[in-house]
Amino acid sequence: MMLEIIDISKSYGSMETLNKISFSVTKGEIISILGPSGCGKSTLLSIVGGLTTPNTGMIRWDGISLTSVPPHLRNFGLMFQDNALFPHRNVYDNVAFGLKQLRLDPAEIDKQVSAILNMVGMKDLANRDVLSLSGGEQQRVALARTIAPKPRLLMLDEPLGSLDRNLREQLLYELRQILTELEQTVIYVTHDQDEAFAIADRVAIMNAGQLIQIGRPRDIYANPASTFVARFLGLTNILETSVVSVDTNNGVRISENSLIPVSQPPPQHMKNPRILVRPRGAQLSEHGTLSGILDNVSFRGALVDLKIIVANRLQLRFEVPTPSLIPKVGTRIKLELPSDASIWIEDDSL
Amino acid sequence: MNNKTSKYLYPQYALLWIVPLAFLTLFYFYPLATILGKSFVDLSSLAQLLEIVRQPYVTKTLWFTIWQATLSTILTLAIGLPGAYILAHYNFWGKSILRAITAIPFVLPTVVVAASFTSTLGPNGWMNRTLMTWLNLETAPIVLNHTLWAILIAHVFYNTTIILRLVGDYWTLMDPKMVQAARCLGATRLRAFLGITLPLLTPAIVSAALLVFIFDFTSFGVILILGGPMFSTLEVAIYRQTINFFDLEMAAWLSVIQLICTLGLTVLYARLSRKIHRPLKTNRLQSIRRQQHNWKTRMSVGILITILIIVLVMPLATLAFSSVYKFEPDRGERENVSAGFTLSYYRELFVNRRNSIFFVTPIETIMFSLRNAVITTISALAIGLPATWVLTRKTRLTQLLEPILMLPLGTSAVTLGLGLLLVFSRTPFNMRTSSLLVPLAHTLVAFPFVIRSLLPSWTIINPQIRKAAAMLGANPIQVWREIDLPIIGRAILVAGAFAFTISIGEFGATILLSRPEFTTVPMAIYRYLSLPGALNYGQAMALSTILMIFCGISIFCIEAIRPNAISEF
Repeated sequence: MMLEIIDISKSYGSMETLNKISFSVTKGEIISILGPSGCGKSTLLSIVGGLTTPNTGMIRWDGISLTSVPPHLRNFGLMFQDNALFPHRNVYDNVAFGLKQLRLDPAEIDKQVSAILNMVGMKDLANRDVLSLSGGEQQRVALARTIAPKPRLLMLDEPLGSLDRNLREQLLYELRQILTELEQTVIYVTHDQDEAFAIADRVAIMNAGQLIQIGRPRDIYANPASTFVARFLGLTNILETSVVSVDTNNGVRISENSLIPVSQPPPQHMKNPRILVRPRGAQLSEHGTLSGILDNVSFRGALVDLKIIVANRLQLRFEVPTPSLIPKVGTRIKLELPSDASIWIEDDSL
Repeated sequence: MNNKTSKYLYPQYALLWIVPLAFLTLFYFYPLATILGKSFVDLSSLAQLLEIVRQPYVTKTLWFTIWQATLSTILTLAIGLPGAYILAHYNFWGKSILRAITAIPFVLPTVVVAASFTSTLGPNGWMNRTLMTWLNLETAPIVLNHTLWAILIAHVFYNTTIILRLVGDYWTLMDPKMVQAARCLGATRLRAFLGITLPLLTPAIVSAALLVFIFDFTSFGVILILGGPMFSTLEVAIYRQTINFFDLEMAAWLSVIQLICTLGLTVLYARLSRKIHRPLKTNRLQSIRRQQHNWKTRMSVGILITILIIVLVMPLATLAFSSVYKFEPDRGERENVSAGFTLSYYRELFVNRRNSIFFVTPIETIMFSLRNAVITTISALAIGLPATWVLTRKTRLTQLLEPILMLPLGTSAVTLGLGLLLVFSRTPFNMRTSSLLVPLAHTLVAFPFVIRSLLPSWTIINPQIRKAAAMLGANPIQVWREIDLPIIGRAILVAGAFAFTISIGEFGATILLSRPEFTTVPMAIYRYLSLPGALNYGQAMALSTILMIFCGISIFCIEAIRPNAISEF
């Protein structure tokens, strides 16, 4: 274990920003904190960096508490949302700032700055005013500045937040290469699940100051811990138990001709069990057990998105392999769901 | 192309620039030329100027002007910078009230500042009386009247708010992440401050300091009343040469020197403040500072706030107190009248005493001042609106006009007064006996403030917005009513309030131009202050308190309606 975050709570007045957050990060791991804006992600980074004092809890590094260690002695890098580049210094001086604090030899600083600017592809712009750079260039300079002093932990707060989609994908790819090359331990904060899933070894999902679930991306996607996580990942087929009747052998029934396979009974520990129907894996079939009126179709290449209305009241969404003949909106279709298509999850939306 | 569009949108305003230009030509440039004509006869006048500057009287005055302004600025920075830090970084109970109250001194008329100073630290002031009672002293222990300290303290009182506002607001808007980033990159608190905060603040500090220096350099009322006959700045010297010695030529020479200095400083200030506006990523306004305080920071914050209150709020409070508290019996009253609260000074304002040296009662001066203020407000807006509108057009003509319209910014009040006196006390424009001469001077004094309040609003009206409105079917008049007016309306209110307040309190130009039958409130206060006796003192306090309350209300209104941006002065 390298970084341990233990029972961190923080409130401002009556507003609770973080509630007993605990997790740890191992060496070389890229962990992503994923959550909607305002869920306390940035505050957590600020606490790990020593910029904000938590009300309770502690941060440990290699088993040693950092409570009394000021930010400048932690050797953690924090790349801020919207960069926080120093506007009165040029690209070179921004990147060299951290190295100068280490009181390195000027020649050594020069060598390292050049190497890092080269790595982020900004070598030619070393003498530019940072305010004259484009958004993507500023982002690169901010990254270069943060990794220059070789922090033992790198924290990135929405590093690609303000960029347009194409640039974001390109930079995300470059970023992953750089981080892997450096074998850097990273906490990567984002509200974008694609970004988190693409870059992280593990993802920690936060909501309203609480850590909801932490795990490998594929595990989280397969088994979201709650309706919040499911909805946040775009899994919106969530059924209340009141709308279904139990069919002990095969699952639950929505209507006479619509059956959803799910294990019975719901797990004992769940206070408010709901059924999550995964959109993937379903197939159009004459023998399908789920029948509904097709409400909307959107073509996505190899897959089509189907929205169906089941029993006149429930809207469900499925992604099925594109059939040779796409059914028309308004017609009745039948879908066959795999046996593991649905799981029970806890409703935490209250 | 752009030109065509704006012409389409504003056909009727094409020749608007003539209004301000005509006004300035007649009431600013012509008087200024007259001053120059008094001194600069031909090219040899340049040599003469050097000779004048070498005269010991002039050298001494110039030296003192620079010296006291420098010293005052340094002291103002010493009080203002820690204050700016506190306002930018801490939330405490009553912060918004303190912020609002600290703005009052800036709009206070100099005579009120002098009066409040006298009521606090003067020989009959509250502090001396308290100390005399406590320590059982026969004479006043604090002797500041007519000393350099009196001038310096009054200047600090006057101008600290400029530092609080310009530097404090800039500091508040500074992204705290800059410093946090530096800290994460291994910089200690001190190195983060020296390497990041200070360089980013420097343009704001320097330009605020320069503005304070300009105000101290052209200070008139404070020097005249508190400094006494021993001290003379250029501004006071121009006045004395004109009124006491009738040496108009010397006064003109001094005005030329003053003009050169103030114009130079103003140009420098304009350059610097342009630098301030370089895009700096700003702190989002909703992210209020929420620092954890331990007892040490609480203590030091508390001490600094106390200092601010003592320097900026206490003189105002003692002034109001002195206007309703009688320390000693009035002349003519029996000696056994005890000290205590009284409203008699206010009642006296309605009485024209037989031994009064005025032709008018104080209440009539209040009416006269209000009338001047109304005229000033209307005329300053009538000139300022077209002037600022012209200044925001980017054509070759406006580029020529800009420096011309901005010139009054760099001209001191007494110089303006002298110029008007020279021109309008003789044919063909003899207005010496006209009661319009005073509001005319006030309009010129208020003009720069009106320009500064209006200009930013014009520039935020993006031409795209007007085009968008036109595309949505609005005709030019509708565009003006729906787009320009709502946006600039607040600025007009602010500019109007400034013009009104400035006119109410104007002293430097008024003292040169006013006549006994046309006495303004500041003139009346000045005369009461220079007369002996408790009744005169009390009436000065009462009139000053009225002015103070008025200016307080007006600055509160200005603050409330001012568009939310970095304060400008």
